[in-house]
Amino acid sequence: MKKAFVLAAVAAALACGTAQAQQVNVKIGVLTDMSSLYADLAGPGSVAAARMAIADFTKANPNVKVDLVSGDHQNKPDVGTNLANQWIDVEKVDLIIDTPNSGVALAVNEVVRNKNKVFINSGAAASDLTGPKCSPNTVHWTYDTWMLANGTGKAIVKNGGDSWFFLTADYAFGHALERDTTAVVEKNGGKVLGKVRHPVNTNDFSSFLLQAQASKAKIIGLANAGGDTINSIKQAAEFGIVKGGQSLAGLLVFASDVNSLGLATAQGLIFTETWYWDQNDNNRAWTKRWQAERNASGKVPTMVQAGVYAGLTHYLKAVAALGSAADGKAVVAKMKEIPTDDPLFGKGTIRADGRKIHDAYLYEVKKPAESKHAGDYYKVLATIPAAEAFRPLNEGGCSLVKG
Amino acid sequence: MFEIFGIPSQALFGQLLIGLINGSFYALLSLGLAVIFGMLNIINFAHGAQYMLAAFTAYILLTSFDIGYWPALVIAPILVGIFGMIVERLFLQWLYKLDHLYGLLLTFGLALIIEGTARNYYGSAGLPYRVPDSLQGGQNLGFMFLPNYRAWVIAASLAVCFGTWFLIERTRLGAYLRAATENPTLVRAFGINVPRMITLTYGFGVALAALAGVMAAPIYNVSPQMGSELIIVVFAVVVIGGMGSILGAIVTGFGLGVIEGLTKVFFPEASNTVIFVIMAIVLLVRPTGLFGRRA
Repeated sequence: MKKAFVLAAVAAALACGTAQAQQVNVKIGVLTDMSSLYADLAGPGSVAAARMAIADFTKANPNVKVDLVSGDHQNKPDVGTNLANQWIDVEKVDLIIDTPNSGVALAVNEVVRNKNKVFINSGAAASDLTGPKCSPNTVHWTYDTWMLANGTGKAIVKNGGDSWFFLTADYAFGHALERDTTAVVEKNGGKVLGKVRHPVNTNDFSSFLLQAQASKAKIIGLANAGGDTINSIKQAAEFGIVKGGQSLAGLLVFASDVNSLGLATAQGLIFTETWYWDQNDNNRAWTKRWQAERNASGKVPTMVQAGVYAGLTHYLKAVAALGSAADGKAVVAKMKEIPTDDPLFGKGTIRADGRKIHDAYLYEVKKPAESKHAGDYYKVLATIPAAEAFRPLNEGGCSLVKG
Repeated sequence: MFEIFGIPSQALFGQLLIGLINGSFYALLSLGLAVIFGMLNIINFAHGAQYMLAAFTAYILLTSFDIGYWPALVIAPILVGIFGMIVERLFLQWLYKLDHLYGLLLTFGLALIIEGTARNYYGSAGLPYRVPDSLQGGQNLGFMFLPNYRAWVIAASLAVCFGTWFLIERTRLGAYLRAATENPTLVRAFGINVPRMITLTYGFGVALAALAGVMAAPIYNVSPQMGSELIIVVFAVVVIGGMGSILGAIVTGFGLGVIEGLTKVFFPEASNTVIFVIMAIVLLVRPTGLFGRRA
């Protein structure tokens, strides 16, 4: 008995010793939009979130040494691909994270798969990342088009909004969001009367809004993002669309958009997100730190930036458990094996197709009179439990899912 | 009600009007560019940044000094115009004798600096600016709902365009100015301070961009990249109209607004490329532009 105890102690000491001695080096690249329409919802704020995740993790695990680089993909898939290649080949980056813009994300997804590194996507929406284009090297963390369509689309159709017209951003993300929302609307008994696909980064939506107005649809679904959504909402107010009895459905709205529109214009807008800074004490405390790190007290973090923090934290846990970041597939497998647990998204899991599962929330933008302090934007209409929030595992067409 | 190419006529009239409204921005901006190129031979790539700067000035005037839209419509162009004149005195005046490329590079660099600075302080998502109370609401024209503010934009832009054309083509001051570009030495011999006139002209061109910027603030969100999104289109407008031609800039500005508006109905995916297709065709057929004089 005594002998066994000594052996165990020695073994434990040895284990500790090896863990202590084994220095793990990781290099992380935040590939994001630093200067264009998605820079406020991801961009420098995502880099700040990554720095926080690294600081928190390395404090508790001093044997892990993390380097961070960041870059601007300018919303161009070719620029994103080049940067990803260069990071992995020359700078030996192990993980690429964030990457808003589904077009760029789908391109980087392939690069990372071919080079067997890891891609954690927080910023892009296309549900194809865990569907037909799913990869053993990719985790899709924060949200996706299926979840947005399901959350917002279902809620609106159930409340009587059964005829739709889409304003769709003309690229991978917009198409995916339009497709997924159409499916939800039709499944719940509504119908789609028409759509118009506009180029990304359009300044003037009045022409498209007039077409939407003429369609007489009850709901105008905005299958676009960032500056395009902001301008659509603003100009819809100008052309009296909401006063005329039609409603807007923001299919992808971020806290930064609401901040930019102001509550007077954005009030009453309904949409789905997975994280809101003012929802609980953990989120508020993290937001305070983020604002200090970002040096911007007036800004509020978005779910994308929170997703970068949480995703990176979980990645580092997996790397520390494996003791190496070299084999991307092995790291992602480990990430799927250990349950996720972080202060922002709570406990959750990553599915076989790479989809991170957590609760989603249906929010409504408050009226200016209801807003009590700076950044007090949303009220929660409903919580969509994790099990229902995302596309069922067997419906995505992902080759990693057996059966 | 009748139909044209399968589109109800009502909708089509609405789209034409919208096209004209967007055309007024193109016209105002390309007018300033044409004045600066025609008189100074400088390709002012900072035009979009100056337009954006004015929108930000209006925003800051409103939020920090409580100065509303109407005073801002005067104050912002003056401030940004003065900024333009400082830039001209400090940098541009040394470049008139050199190749166009130097002016282009300098103003392009300036544009990047101005845009980057704005982004650093205000982020990229943009800031809200309300339509002034006196122009809230709109008129139901039967075929469309016309917001009062957009009606004001068309009227103001037409007035400013006509005024500028008249000033340069029909007044004594304009005649001096045109003469000074043709032959500065001779005009100097008549006792006219040519460098000062050139500085003021640049300031005026910049102020035109600034005016457009303030007028755009309530329609588009005030954001650092609002200028760079527009400037390329505006350059195409100037090229189509004929570099330096004032009338050309105005007519093509409105015309292309309408064409773009119609594209948004018939083939929306192409709405941001149609202008460049037209530019390519015009350059093939008339390299000097629709209203350009042969060099």
